[in-house]
Amino acid sequence: MSNVSEAEVRAEVRAWLQEHWDPQMPLVEWRNLLADSGWGMPQWPKEWYGRDLPVGLVRAVEEEFAALGAVGAARTGVRLLAAATLLEHASDFIKKKFLRRIVTGEDNWCQLFSEPGSGSDLAGATTRADFDGANWIVNGQKVWTTSAHHADYGILLARTDWDAPKHDGLSFFVIAIRQPGVDVQPLKQMNGHASFNQVFFSDAMIPPEHLVGRVNEGWKVAVTTLAHERRGADGMAPPVKRGGREGRIYVEERAELEIANEPYRWYPQRAGRTDLVIERAKETGANTDPVIRQEIAKLMILSKSAEWTARRARAAQRQGRPQGPEGSLGKLAASHVARAAARVHTMITGAEAMLTGKQSPREGIIAEILVSVPAVSIAGGTDEIQRNIIAERVLELPKEPRFDIGPFRNVRRN
Amino acid sequence: MSASTEPRHEPARRIQYAFTDEQEQFRAALRRFLTDKSPTTEVRRLMATAEGYDPAVWRQLSDELALPGVHIAEKYGGAGFGMVELCIVTEELGRALLCAPYFSTAVLAANAILNAGSETQKKSLLPDLASGKRLAALAITEINGNWDPSAIELTATPEGGGYRLNGTKSYVVDGQVANLLVVAARLPASDERLAIFTLDASWPGVERRLLDSMDPTRKIARIDFRGARADLLGSVDGGARAIARTMDQAAIALANEMMGGAQVMLDSAVAYSKMRVQFGRPIGSFQAIKHKLADMLLDVELGKSAAYYAAQTAATEDREWPAMASLAKAAATETYLRTALDCIQLHGGIGFTWDNDTHLWFKRAKSSEAFLGDANYHRELLMQRWGV
Ligand SMILES: Cc1cc2nc3c(=O)[nH]c(=O)nc-3n(C[C@H](O)[C@H](O)[C@H](O)COP(=O)(O)OP(=O)(O)OC[C@H]3O[C@@H](n4cnc5c(N)ncnc54)[C@H](O)[C@@H]3O)c2cc1C
Repeated sequence: MSNVSEAEVRAEVRAWLQEHWDPQMPLVEWRNLLADSGWGMPQWPKEWYGRDLPVGLVRAVEEEFAALGAVGAARTGVRLLAAATLLEHASDFIKKKFLRRIVTGEDNWCQLFSEPGSGSDLAGATTRADFDGANWIVNGQKVWTTSAHHADYGILLARTDWDAPKHDGLSFFVIAIRQPGVDVQPLKQMNGHASFNQVFFSDAMIPPEHLVGRVNEGWKVAVTTLAHERRGADGMAPPVKRGGREGRIYVEERAELEIANEPYRWYPQRAGRTDLVIERAKETGANTDPVIRQEIAKLMILSKSAEWTARRARAAQRQGRPQGPEGSLGKLAASHVARAAARVHTMITGAEAMLTGKQSPREGIIAEILVSVPAVSIAGGTDEIQRNIIAERVLELPKEPRFDIGPFRNVRRN
Repeated sequence: MSASTEPRHEPARRIQYAFTDEQEQFRAALRRFLTDKSPTTEVRRLMATAEGYDPAVWRQLSDELALPGVHIAEKYGGAGFGMVELCIVTEELGRALLCAPYFSTAVLAANAILNAGSETQKKSLLPDLASGKRLAALAITEINGNWDPSAIELTATPEGGGYRLNGTKSYVVDGQVANLLVVAARLPASDERLAIFTLDASWPGVERRLLDSMDPTRKIARIDFRGARADLLGSVDGGARAIARTMDQAAIALANEMMGGAQVMLDSAVAYSKMRVQFGRPIGSFQAIKHKLADMLLDVELGKSAAYYAAQTAATEDREWPAMASLAKAAATETYLRTALDCIQLHGGIGFTWDNDTHLWFKRAKSSEAFLGDANYHRELLMQRWGV
């Protein structure tokens, strides 16, 4: 299907939707149809609920769905990150067991990578998994785990060999969260929300079939997840608004999103809300201040340029050109935009920037921007780590000297 | 390839975020030509001359590559491409720092004639510019150094069938070598509208003086007009609009030129960081250097995105294109200068020497910073154009 034109794809999806789309259908039943037809995740392989569609044509499919108000596959949280990883590395058993329920939204997922002792240095994980002859037994702690409180499953990086060098002793698992050995405790953030958690494992169990890839080759699998995560920063589709549409399926979808999106309500704010800047400048009169006008212009130039850079990367990808440097910069660019936006919002808001909550500007949204932006340059790999990656992989600068070689047991750690 | 032998393209109707294969080939051919003709030894030789260019190279880039008319329609003797191709040319010229009267002739003067001229005038003036036979310069800015057309004071007084120009223009790029002068002027006090005029640089009443420019790769002149006879280009009514259009197109072409230079500064900094050893290791393995280079890369890619996008909006006559001209110029101004400064810094002491080539681009970055309006000016224009 790799040589189809956009017009053909549009015609095909439109015809399919005409035949099948029914807003009165139960949500899960509809999404099972999506999984069977491949229209829910058309870029996935044909044998796994997709249609092998080139990534460049996915937007056309989404637009056809949106035009009819048709509900798509479940997309909240880290489910797609997990799915992308499983598609690349997992056994057919795992794919069969989990991918369909990812599309239908029946299972929620979380990413169990960071630990108190290792965040940037994920390969330094000390959560352990030991095979007892029948199952893998997990002990240790993960932290900053977004959405673990809603999750059914997690993708887990754990140490399975302490004598191997750091990167060679890790394994990658799918772990069930709702079991006695897993304890999820919410962790309150500086912006007052608690979207992430601490997750404690005491003799938690993982059946052997839930190993992804081979034992002690988990780092390779995690790298796939991380690569998708970095790319996600500039590839996120805007949420479809369906206000006012009627039908059973919308009621069920709203109920689902109510829960699934709960941890992410502040996410638009952490990106800086550049969309509000000009409105706010006009409504406060800050638009007459020549200094603030300069700062707004600087911010908007940055934010627009970041958007066009992401589009350049996608266009090159669509044309089948090798990825240029523009594809690796999205996450770092997003940090700069968010920070600049918080600065400009503060200038525009003046003394009211000292307030928070419903009585403060835009019912607390501005305050939420100011206290949420610091997350962007940390979550999903800090700015410093992004710069290391860009310098070493894109610019091919020499690596730094390392101090974490030899058996992991002997490596200095927290 | 020669631009004139390529198939003609319908102007794209939508913004393209990737160059076409033809555009990439055109760029590659151009880059080969410039690598050959404009090594820094040549740049240094030509920048020390008064004319500031090599007529033989100019003839080649006109005859073999048809560059001066790349964006001029075929019926006026050009290659029939558009703003995107023009900006590919300026980006490559900015990269190679080619010393040639290209920006003046092709970008400024030819666009002014395209924007303001009558059909007859375009047919009589443009073919010689497109073929590289004649050089032209656009005189807009005056001694006050204000790039806003509202600051134009030079007067054009109607006399007989033509006009007489009185006043002084400054910062006229390549004004000393141009054969044809294109001049923005104001009608006398009772009228005060702006219009564009053309005259031969050799006509009486024109006095030109080469200024000592800090960036010797871009020559600038001051020109006194003392009752010089000139022809009105197009109509008085269209004057102000044509000037604005020309300035916006020039800002976009300049932004692309600047990003070509910024890329050189980045590449040079990266290459030197891999080679230079201190404390027993390449300086590029120090994180302070790595992070700076990563930031420079981000900066340059963002600036390129803005410059390319602006060229696309101009090529497609997108409603937003004048705003995008200001956006791209402001972005390129900050980026080019920052990248050039960082490149000097990463070279250490050698970066401050005359023999090291970095300062050639740094000076181009400096002159480009003020040329056509600095970043503050364009940011304010952007806000106005967005209705803020
Ligand atoms: C909102 C939010 C949601 C998150 N969600 C999840 C999740 O769902 N799942 C999950 O697994 N994790 C999650 N995280 C964790 C996140 O990935 C880590 O916090 C992050 O990678 C940084 O790790 P750390 O906190 O251990 O900081 P550290 O790694 O200790 O870093 C501390 C500082 O040192 C710097 N530093 C570290 N190493 C280097 C180096 N080599 N060179 C230069 N500087 C360096 C860092 O940039 C940082 O400034 C989340 C974090 C946040 C803020």
